[in-house]
Amino acid sequence: MSKDHKAPGLLDPSILFPAIRDAFAKLDPRKLLRNPVIFVTEIVAVVVTILFIRDLAANPGEAGFSGQIAAWLWFTVLFATFAEAVAEGRGRAQANSLKKTKSELVARRLGGNGKTETIPASSLKVGDIVLVAAGELIPGDGEVIDGVASVNESAITGESAPVIRESGGDRSAVTGGTQVLSDEIKIRITVQPGSSFVDRMIALIEGAQRQKTPNEIALSILLSGLTLIFLFVCVAIWGLAGYSGTVLSVTVLAALLVTLIPTTIGGLLSAIGIAGMDRLVRFNVIATSGRAVEAAGDVDTLLLDKTGTITFGNRMASDFLAAPGVTPTELAEAALIASLSDETPEGRSVVALASGEFGIPMPKAEFDAVIGFTAETRLSGVDIGQRRLRKGAVDAVLKFSGLTQQDAPDEFRRAVDQVARTGGTPLAVADGNRLLGVIHLKDVVKPGIKERFAALRAMGIRTVMVTGDNPVTAAAIASEAGVDDFLAQATPEDKLAYIRREQQGGRLIAMCGDGTNDAPALAQADVGVAMQTGTQAAREAANMVDLDSSPTKLIEIVEIGKQLLMTRGSLTTFSIANDVAKYFAIIPALFVATYPALEALNIMGLTSPQSAILSAVIFNALIIVALIPLALKGVAYRPSGAAALLQRNLLVYGVGGLILPFAGIKVIDLAVSALHLV
Amino acid sequence: MTIVGWLQISLLFLAVLFVIKPLGLYMARVFSGERTFLSPVLGRLERDLYRVSGINPEKEQSWLGYTLAMLAFSLTGFLALYAMLRLQAYLPLNPQGFPGVPSDLAFNTAVSFVTNTNWQNYGGESTLSHFSQMAGLTVQNFLSAATGMALAVAITRAFARSKVATLGNFWVDMTKATLYVLLPLAIVVALAFVAMGLPQTLDASVTATTLEGANQVISLGPVASQEAIKQLGTNGGGFFNVNAAHPFENPTAWSNYLNIFAMLSISAALVYSFGQMVGNRRQGWALISAMAFLLIAGVAVTYWAEAQGNTILTAIGVDPALGNMEGKEVRFGQAMTALYAAVTTGLSDGGVNGMLGSLTGLGGLVPMFLMQLGEVLPGGVGSGLYGMLVFALLAVFVAGLMVGRTPEFLGKKIEGREMKFAMLAVLILPLVILGFTAVSAMLPFAVASVGTAGPHGLSEILYAYTSAAGNNGSAFGGLTGNTVWYNTTLGIAMLLGRFAYVVPVMAIAGSLAAKVKSPASAGTFPTDGPLFVGLLIGIILILGGLQFLPALVLGPVVEHFAMLAGQTF
Repeated sequence: MSKDHKAPGLLDPSILFPAIRDAFAKLDPRKLLRNPVIFVTEIVAVVVTILFIRDLAANPGEAGFSGQIAAWLWFTVLFATFAEAVAEGRGRAQANSLKKTKSELVARRLGGNGKTETIPASSLKVGDIVLVAAGELIPGDGEVIDGVASVNESAITGESAPVIRESGGDRSAVTGGTQVLSDEIKIRITVQPGSSFVDRMIALIEGAQRQKTPNEIALSILLSGLTLIFLFVCVAIWGLAGYSGTVLSVTVLAALLVTLIPTTIGGLLSAIGIAGMDRLVRFNVIATSGRAVEAAGDVDTLLLDKTGTITFGNRMASDFLAAPGVTPTELAEAALIASLSDETPEGRSVVALASGEFGIPMPKAEFDAVIGFTAETRLSGVDIGQRRLRKGAVDAVLKFSGLTQQDAPDEFRRAVDQVARTGGTPLAVADGNRLLGVIHLKDVVKPGIKERFAALRAMGIRTVMVTGDNPVTAAAIASEAGVDDFLAQATPEDKLAYIRREQQGGRLIAMCGDGTNDAPALAQADVGVAMQTGTQAAREAANMVDLDSSPTKLIEIVEIGKQLLMTRGSLTTFSIANDVAKYFAIIPALFVATYPALEALNIMGLTSPQSAILSAVIFNALIIVALIPLALKGVAYRPSGAAALLQRNLLVYGVGGLILPFAGIKVIDLAVSALHLV
Repeated sequence: MTIVGWLQISLLFLAVLFVIKPLGLYMARVFSGERTFLSPVLGRLERDLYRVSGINPEKEQSWLGYTLAMLAFSLTGFLALYAMLRLQAYLPLNPQGFPGVPSDLAFNTAVSFVTNTNWQNYGGESTLSHFSQMAGLTVQNFLSAATGMALAVAITRAFARSKVATLGNFWVDMTKATLYVLLPLAIVVALAFVAMGLPQTLDASVTATTLEGANQVISLGPVASQEAIKQLGTNGGGFFNVNAAHPFENPTAWSNYLNIFAMLSISAALVYSFGQMVGNRRQGWALISAMAFLLIAGVAVTYWAEAQGNTILTAIGVDPALGNMEGKEVRFGQAMTALYAAVTTGLSDGGVNGMLGSLTGLGGLVPMFLMQLGEVLPGGVGSGLYGMLVFALLAVFVAGLMVGRTPEFLGKKIEGREMKFAMLAVLILPLVILGFTAVSAMLPFAVASVGTAGPHGLSEILYAYTSAAGNNGSAFGGLTGNTVWYNTTLGIAMLLGRFAYVVPVMAIAGSLAAKVKSPASAGTFPTDGPLFVGLLIGIILILGGLQFLPALVLGPVVEHFAMLAGQTF
C-alpha cells in the first residue's frame, strides 16, 4: 500500500469483472439471508419467474409483461449484490499482496538447546522465540527481547523510511511480514498465527466475516419491520380489491411489494459499511471493528497529545528581545553566530529565524574557537577575536558572563519573566560579560490547527489537550491553539481518570497514544487509536491503529465515522421518500379498471397501467445502480453543526427523494411506451 | 366555510392552549410526588388507600414489574366488568329490568372499556342498567384513562432518568392520576354539564305525552357524570347510543364546546408535563406543535369538504349554501361538527356529535386517517403521548443518522433494542387494521353487516377496525357491529391495539431508563426546534400514508372522485 491511495474507479476492469461474477455468486439465498430486504426481493423474483413460465405455457399474452417484471426483479437483486461485490473488490487487491507476503514466511525458531530450526511461520506458537537477521522477514507479531535493528515496515504502512525496533521501551513491537534491514534481533512471538495484525488487516480489507455494527443492526431491524408492514399492505390489498370486484394478479402485487420495501437502502447498506472501512484504510488507519468506526462518529471529546498534534513538538525561536543599548539586528546576528554550532532543533530554529525574518547573512569569518552545545554546559557559541559570543539557558549564560540575577539589567529580567509567563522558554545571548538580550523559544502551534478545532467545536466536539507541561505553559498553548480544555502535567493515570469522568457524564471519548503506559487509557476510550510505531500493548488495547503514526489523524477518523452514518441516514430517508411517487404510479394502475374515477390520481400521466407498474419497477432497480458511487464515496461532508447538516441532508435526500422518482418514473414510462415494451 | 365557523374553531384551540401549561405543570408535580394544592385534601386518602391495599409507595418497579402490574390490573378490570354485564339482571339499580348482556357483546363491551376504546356495540339506554353504567362503565372510564396516564408517566421517566432500572410504581401513578387529576376535574366538569342541562338522576325515564296524544318514554340517568369522564379520559362511550348528538348528552353549543375542550385538555397538557419532567419544556412544545399542526389540518380539510357539500345533491337542486348537512345536528352546524369529528379521532376519544358516515368522501377520510396515524394528535390520555414518542424515536432514528451520529433522543441513544420494540409496536396497527378489514371484506357474512353498497361499505368496515385498533371507539355508522363476528374480532383488535402496542413500548422504556443520558452539544440532533417538528410531521404522514393509502383509495378516496364524476353505487 502506498499513501494517498486512490480508490480504483467503479469501471476499472480489475474491479468490475470480478464484481459481476461475485454478484451472481451472492444470489445464494443462504448468503442473502443476512440482508432481509433483498432476500424478500429474491423470493418475490422467484415467484414471478414461475408465474412467467406459467404464462408462457397458459397465457402467452401476459408473458411479455410478467417476463419483464421478473427480469427487473432479478436485476434489483443483482444490482444489490453487485454493490456489495464492488465495495469488497476494491479492498481485495490490497489484501492479495498482503496474503502473498504472508504465505512465504518462514521462521528460525530458537530451540531449548540453543539451536535454531527452520519452520513455516504458520506453525509458530505464542511464546516461541525466533531469530531474524538482516534481509529476513519477521515471521509473526511479537516483541523484540534482545537486540536492535532497523526494520522496513512499508508492506504495512506504505512508509519506505526504515524504523528502529529495539528491546525494552516503547519501540519493541514488530509486525509479521515486515523486513529486518540491519542487525539481528531476537523476537518473542506474542500472537497466534491467524490472528496476527496482518491477518486482521486482510480480513478487514476483504470485508470477510464482516460483523454487522450496532447501528447497522438497528437499521436492518427498521428495514425488516418496514418490509413486513408492506407485506401486510400488499396481502391486504388483494382482499380489499376482491371486495371492490377487482382480481389482482400476483405479478402486480409482487411488483408493488418490491417497489415499496426499502430495496434502495437495503441493497446498499452493506456496501456503505464496507466502503466506510475502506475509506479508513485508504487513510492508512486499520480499525479492529466496524463498531469503532461508528463510535468515531459519536465522539464528543477528543483527547489530543500536545506534542506532534497541536504543536510541532520542538520549541522554536519566535522572537528576539534586545537588552538596552543593543539593536535587534545586533542581537539577531550574535544569536545566529552563537547558534551555528548548536545542532539541536532549537539551535537550528534560532538560525532560521535570524537569517529568515531578520535577513542576517551567514558569516564568512573564520572562528577562533567553536563551543558546541552539550547537555552539561547548556550553551553554545564561538570566539571571534575579542568577541566571545554565547547563547544558551539563562542561568548558564549568566554564569558564563560572571553575572548574578541581580546584576542583570531590569529590561533583561523583565523579558525573561515575560517569556516564561507566556509558556515559552527564554534563552540568553551574551558577548563576554555583556548581555545582548533574550531569545523567545516557544512551542509553535501548527498552522491551521485552530481552524480545525473551531470546525470541531461547530460539530459539537470538545478538544482537550494533554501535556506534561506545567499548567502555565499548558494554558498559554491551549489558548493559542483554541482547545476547549487541557490536562497539564498529565500522567497516564490522569488521562484514564479524565476519560472515566467524561464517560460517566455520557460522553464518548477518542484518544491516541503509543506507549505501554497509554494502554489502559486507550482501552478505556471509546475510540483508541494506537500509533503503528507504538508498543504491542498499545496496539492491542486500541481499537484502531494508525499506520502513519500521525496523531492528527484522530480528526479525520471522526469525520469518516460521521460520514458513514450520514450516508446510511441519507439513503434511508431517500429510499422511504421514494415510495410516495411509486404509490402514485401503481395504485391508480391497479384500480383504474374498476373505478375509472381514480384516473385522477395518475398525476404523472403514465401511459397505461402495465407501463406504470413496469416503469416503477425499473426505476426501483436502476436507482440502486445509480446510487452505488454515492454509497462508496459517502455523502458530501462539511464540518458544521447538526442543525445545518440535517437541514441540508433533509433537503437533498428527503425532499429530493420525494420529487426525483416522479420525474424518473415518467421518463422511464415514456421510454417503455416508445419502445412498445408492454 | 364562514368566518364565524373559523372563529369558533380558533377560540377553542386558544382556550386549550391556555390550559396546557398550568395543567401540564400541575400534573408534572403530581407525578413527581411533589405537594400540590390538593395534597391537604387528598393526601390522607391517598396514603390510606396504599395502606389498605398493602402498597409501599416508595418501592419502584422495573419496566417488567410495572407492565405486569398494569396487565394484571386491566385483566381484573375486564373480568369484573364482564361479570357485571352478564349478571346485571341480578344486580341493583336496574329500573328497566334489563336482562344480562349476551356473552359476545359483554366481551366486546368489557374489552372496549378496559382498553379506553369505548366502542359501542351496545345501546346504552336500551341494554345496560344504571348499575352497569355507573359501577361498570364509568369506573372503567376512570381506570382505563388513569392506566394510560400511568404508562405515559413511566415512559417519561425513562427519558428523564439516567442509568436506573426502575420506572416508578404503577399502583401509585394510577392512584395519583385518578385522585389528583381525573376525579377533581370530572367533578367540576360534571357540575358544569348539569348547569348546562344534562340530566343527572337515578330515575329510568320520564314519560311525555306528545301532541298527537301518544306516550313517549324518554330515557334518563346519571348522564352528566358519565359525560364528564367520557371526555376527560378520552373514552368516548356515551350514555346514549347516538352519543354526543343526543340532546341530553350535548344539548347546546356551550356543552359542545365544553365536550371538545374537556377531551383535548389532559392529553395535550400531559405532553407539556413530559417536557417539564424530562427537563426540556421546548421539547414538550415541539411535540404539541406537531400534533396541533396535523390536527388543525384535519379540521380544515373536514370543514372544507363538508362546506363544499355534495355535488350530486347540488345537481338535483339542493341548495349548496349550507354545505353537506346530512347527519349533522342543526344546533352544531358545519364548523362544530368538523371540529368535533377531527378532534375526537385525532384524540382517540371516539365520542361523536354527528353521523360520521354521512360526511363527504374526503370529510370521512379525515377521521379515519387521523386514527390510522396512530392516535397521537394528541391521542388518548397517556396513550397519545407514548404513541407520539414512538414516532419521535423513529423520526430521530431515520433522520438522526443524517447528522453523522448514532441517533439519540433527549440524550438517550436509540439502538437495536429500541428499534426492535418500536417496530414491534408499529407493526400492530397495520396488521390488525388491514388484516381484519381484508378478511372481513372477503367473508360474505361479514360483508352482510355493511349498511351501504360500494366503496362506502368498505369504509364502514375499515373504519370499524381502525377505530377498534386505535382504541378510539367512534363508529362510522351503517355497519351492524353487534354480531358474533364483529363483537369478537373488534374485541381482539382493541386488545391488540392497546396491549400489544404498549408492552413493547414499555420494554423500550426499560431499556432507555438503563442508559446513560448524554449531554446535548452542537453535534446533537436538535429535537426541540421547528426542523424536528417538520420532520416528525413528515414521518407520521409518510408512514401512516404508506400503510393505509391503498385501503383509503378503495374507500373514501374513490367515493370522493366518484361523487365528482356523479357516480353512485
